Amino acid sequence: MIYKGFDGTMDAILLQILNGLDKGSAYALIALGLTLIFGTLGVVNFAHGALFMVGAFCAVTLQKVLTLSKISIDPTKTDFLGNPLKVKTPYVVEWFGEGTGNAIIDWNVPLAILVAIPIMLLVGYIMERGLIKHFYKRPHADQILVTFGLAIVIQELVKANYGANPIPTPAPDQFVGSYNVGALIGLDASYPYWRLIYFFFSISIIGAVFAFLRFTTFGMVVRAGMVDRETVGLLGINIDRRFTIMFGIAAAVAGLAGVMYTPINSPNYHMGMDFLVLSFVVVVVGGMGSLPGAVLAGFLLGILESFASMNEVKGFFEAIYLPSIDQIIIYLVAIIVLLTRPRGLMGKAGVMED
Amino acid sequence: MSNFTRRGLIKSGATVGAGLAMPTLITSPVAAYTNAPTGGSVTLGFNVPQSGPYADEGADELRAYKLAVEHLNGGGDGGMMNTFSSKALKGNGILGKKVEYVTGDTQTKSDAARASAKSMIEKDGAVMITGGSSSGVAIAVQGLCQEAGVIFMAGLTHSNDTTGKDKKANGFRHFFNGYMSGAALAPVLEARYGNDRNAYHLTADYTWGWTQQESIQAATEAKGWNTVNNVLTPLATTDFSSYVAPVLNSGADVLVLNHYGGNMINSLTSAVQFGLRDKVINNKNFEIVVPLYSRLMARGAGENVKGIFGSTNWHWSLTDEGSKAFVKSFGEKYGFPPSQAAHTTYVQTILYADACERSGTFNPCGVAEALEGFKFDGMGNGATEYRAEDHQCFKDVLVVKGKENPTSEFDVLEVVEITPRAQVEYAPDHAMFAGGDLGKCNPGA
Repeated sequence: MIYKGFDGTMDAILLQILNGLDKGSAYALIALGLTLIFGTLGVVNFAHGALFMVGAFCAVTLQKVLTLSKISIDPTKTDFLGNPLKVKTPYVVEWFGEGTGNAIIDWNVPLAILVAIPIMLLVGYIMERGLIKHFYKRPHADQILVTFGLAIVIQELVKANYGANPIPTPAPDQFVGSYNVGALIGLDASYPYWRLIYFFFSISIIGAVFAFLRFTTFGMVVRAGMVDRETVGLLGINIDRRFTIMFGIAAAVAGLAGVMYTPINSPNYHMGMDFLVLSFVVVVVGGMGSLPGAVLAGFLLGILESFASMNEVKGFFEAIYLPSIDQIIIYLVAIIVLLTRPRGLMGKAGVMED
Repeated sequence: MSNFTRRGLIKSGATVGAGLAMPTLITSPVAAYTNAPTGGSVTLGFNVPQSGPYADEGADELRAYKLAVEHLNGGGDGGMMNTFSSKALKGNGILGKKVEYVTGDTQTKSDAARASAKSMIEKDGAVMITGGSSSGVAIAVQGLCQEAGVIFMAGLTHSNDTTGKDKKANGFRHFFNGYMSGAALAPVLEARYGNDRNAYHLTADYTWGWTQQESIQAATEAKGWNTVNNVLTPLATTDFSSYVAPVLNSGADVLVLNHYGGNMINSLTSAVQFGLRDKVINNKNFEIVVPLYSRLMARGAGENVKGIFGSTNWHWSLTDEGSKAFVKSFGEKYGFPPSQAAHTTYVQTILYADACERSGTFNPCGVAEALEGFKFDGMGNGATEYRAEDHQCFKDVLVVKGKENPTSEFDVLEVVEITPRAQVEYAPDHAMFAGGDLGKCNPGA
């Protein structure tokens, strides 16, 4: 039995919590990667948003590849100029038949995950070995400039090849529509399937990264290196190599976040920049170098942002002369957190303080 | 230098400072107006978004401009010059001068757009500036052109303010506006969805969003609709879920998305994801309306646009002679049909050239006089008039719907109704347009 709890207020609150967790998922995944790179290599990576975007474009590219079509002329129909119509049949449909072929195209986004993992590991590896390696000993300002420049280059390359407009990359048909999450606890609140999947997907990725760092020897070495790189090196362990691999993993995490995000919002070339600034705020609020802090702050700021865009909340803040609270809430919270806890929510002493 | 005193220095410094602050640009004592063409050619400035979120629309505008220049100089098949009711243009450039052009990048940022327009006027000697894909930018550049003394032929700008409270004597808009969208859409919406509806508006928080929302609200309320809420969304929003979720429990049965471009794609996608279109509220099917459609953008929203109503300035599937000629000429050159952005910018260029021919000068005051009250036909929108009072074109408006069964990747929208001009017309001092002053034409120099 579904009833309207408190005039639908409870429904609305539940929906905004879900929205917040969903937004927070993307923030947390990107911030997690940023923190991994900062913690291991000590590099502030402004190209991390671009990695998120590259991940999304792995899905776009796979879609393009899957829909590569054989062009045949249908003389019975005409195109907009009155010439015979060119009919496109995707090769996959030709090879695997109508049913299977279309199903493969339909499942493009989940399939893109398999493609994106090796690509992103490789992109991360090349980026670290090819460019960022040369900036370890340089000041943070230089690192920010070079990675920011790199982000712009990647962005423009994507725009030159894919255009500036968003490219629709839908989820498989089974996941279109929404599920009444509220019904589980006696409320009425439908939430889109794919957004729920995104949330659980990111939770499992975050879990996997934490487990990897905690329960494997590799992870133990990396954690030790994060605390004292020099000593680990003196023990005869090639820590640089492991850090390079961590960079690849961080790139893959951002890339997967991007792949899975494509059905939520059609990807375009500047989606990375849109997330980058927020993700940095998330890292700072969570505490530089703290992995749990990044995840916690990601979800926290996501939820705050969602609630701030509710009409009731906007109205309240407008009444106390703070209009457009939805645009500034994250920065406002960041200021308050940094004033009261200068190291962020879970930051440790000694990080970025030398 | 005996009179080189402190007081003298301050005085001359102030004079020089005032001179620098003056917006008059390259001044020549002989020319009666800014950038009067002296050689055998005339330069036009195409100021379009070549980077930033509207780069694809900018690219289409540029294609149309190049096509227009080709036609003006006598190349190609002549396109709409053949169907245009005025026959002043001869295919030998404008007033016998070969048409050349320079391009600028607005980046869809007001300051960047002003800077590139200024550079085209000052450095390249552009005698007319045209283009753009945002009302914020159009209003900023229009103001600059008024000060500089050149004509501004607006591109894609839909805010009432462009020819309303921010109208300028040197600025002209062929594109339609928010009021016209409301006036054209409301009767169609009433016919399809009835007159007992509760509408919830999500509105982009800048000049275009505000005026369109106001227009749609007024037009639909006149048909008996009730407006439940209007929520302003920041232009930079990418995930609209937190704005869409409250709609579910608001009691509204229609969602109006006063969004354009990336905002429109993302908000519409969110609304569809949240299952709004499958809802039945107040015993009525929930409906979504996108008052301003762009085919280029509708493609980005994919399946989600199917069956959704909106309005548009022009569509390539129109079958009048002008549209057919334009689609043929554009399609053969580029291999795909033109967008409404390409159409309006092409028409603006031809209209400007024609006004120069008819007035016999490039002087902005002469051109403006020739455009004011000018009535023409054969440019794809039927009988059209450039109203003298506010420099707004009045013509039929298209009500369109996302096509259910598209036959090609360009076949995204279908024309539901061609709303006659009389239905979308308003008085120049209408409340939504009042408060501005056209001022006097400025020839600059």
